[in-house]
Amino acid sequence: MGMSGMDSDLIVRPEGEVKIETSGLGLFYGEFQALRDVSVTIAARRITALIGPSGCSKTSFLRCLNRMNDLISGARVVGEVLLDGRDIYHEATDVAVLRKRVGMVFQTPNPFPMSIYDNVAYGPRLHGRCSRSQLDEIVEKSLRAAALWEEVKDTLRKSALDLSGGQQQRLSIARVLAVEPEVLLRDEPCSALDPTATFRIEELMIELMTRYTIVIVTHNMYQASRVSHYAGFFLLGELVEYGPTEQIFENPKDQRTDDYVRGRFG
Amino acid sequence: MKGTQSMHRPQRLGPRATQAAAFAALWAAAALVLLPVAAILGVMFVRGGRAISWELLSSAEDGLLPSIVGTVTLVALTAVIAAPLGIAAAVYLREYAPRGPLVRLIRLAIVNLAGVPSVVYGLFGLALFVTLLGFGRCLLAGACTLALLALPLVITASEEALRQVPERLRAASFALGATRWQTVRRIVLPNALPGIITGLILSMGRAAGETAPILFTAAFIALTKPFPSSVLDPIEALPFKLYYMATEAHGITEDAKWATASVLVGLVLTINLVAVITRARLRGARRW
Repeated sequence: MGMSGMDSDLIVRPEGEVKIETSGLGLFYGEFQALRDVSVTIAARRITALIGPSGCSKTSFLRCLNRMNDLISGARVVGEVLLDGRDIYHEATDVAVLRKRVGMVFQTPNPFPMSIYDNVAYGPRLHGRCSRSQLDEIVEKSLRAAALWEEVKDTLRKSALDLSGGQQQRLSIARVLAVEPEVLLRDEPCSALDPTATFRIEELMIELMTRYTIVIVTHNMYQASRVSHYAGFFLLGELVEYGPTEQIFENPKDQRTDDYVRGRFG
Repeated sequence: MKGTQSMHRPQRLGPRATQAAAFAALWAAAALVLLPVAAILGVMFVRGGRAISWELLSSAEDGLLPSIVGTVTLVALTAVIAAPLGIAAAVYLREYAPRGPLVRLIRLAIVNLAGVPSVVYGLFGLALFVTLLGFGRCLLAGACTLALLALPLVITASEEALRQVPERLRAASFALGATRWQTVRRIVLPNALPGIITGLILSMGRAAGETAPILFTAAFIALTKPFPSSVLDPIEALPFKLYYMATEAHGITEDAKWATASVLVGLVLTINLVAVITRARLRGARRW
């Protein structure tokens, strides 16, 4: 243990503006330690990909960044997570405000059982009074940004549950964009989608990157290498290696990272 | 069947025969449950049917109308009291309360409350609502007592309905920055509503038929003022009327008693039917 400390040259600090920084982050589910000593810096307005075999706790790490783990009874976090330099686990943190700033798209699309329009308007309606026309505008803008508008503009009042899987995935993105987050956390995007839908969502991410800090968790190596600027390799609850994507995929320093990205295990 | 069996006599019954025997036994058990229900309803409606008439139902003097109105009003007021309390308790237990000894204790209390005999509720209602709080024997005291009786049913049914709302919908709401209350109000409650309403109506069906809780708290016979005009007025009620006719009244034909029973059971069955229809209609409109 202790190998993954900050002084190790396996964890590279990105250049430029920093959005999120964790130090000594650990996560316990009861007695089980899911994450140990994760210290990493995430660059603002860049795409950071987290890779690693199933069960390596990369999703758990993602859920630390917007405190979704709070909802799991018995979950306990140690260490620090700084968002713009402020500890989100400080007792004065308003978790609702934090989650508005750090949006999350889940692994499986989970539209609310209501209309497409109401799904997208859900967030804005939570966070303040909007006039009807403002709300219409936000809904259209968000659906356009999620590349869904053209397909649903005539059926906004229909149930979101009637959409296809790929459309539901993009609806989930539109729903998050509607609350104008600063950070977008995406858990295994595209895992359940066909290639066309995957391609659309990848294009979308690159477009969104200009305004949002994006962290994606993925099993898809090609996707990670194509779209991300930085990549981190998780193994058994530890961040083994982190740095620019080219380095992680083409010239990893750790043998285990090398094995994984070359597909020797996973 | 006997012919084919005889070949295997020395051995145990074959799987097919076992299957057939088990099926027959289970069918008989199920039929046995049906039998008393059919018998009770049959006797009641046949005998009651002879005595039932529009006059019996609608007359305010010696008919059942005051009792019908009394029971319906009583049940409605019971629902008004039990619904907010029961639903709020269920929401607390399912959505807010941290898992721990306190919640386990509350759950235990609810289970025990459901097991308290209804006559004890009646005596408790007499002591608390009628005497201590000074309501007197009236609609309000009866409804409060019945609400206590219905509360465990309402809470249990509401909790079950809340539990059926998928966890991922709550997660999606929280992830968008909703507070717990916003999530409960906008996502959880609307989706649990069919189950909650069904449970509420069913427990009102149960409350409508109870005699003991209203015996000391609300019900009278042959009131000079047959219809209540305030919640502090005494009422007549079908179960109590039936109890009175069966035990103390003189000169009443058996058929008239059965007719009263038919009206009471008819009312309860109607309430249950409404619950079933409500569930079917609201369920049909929602899915996830």
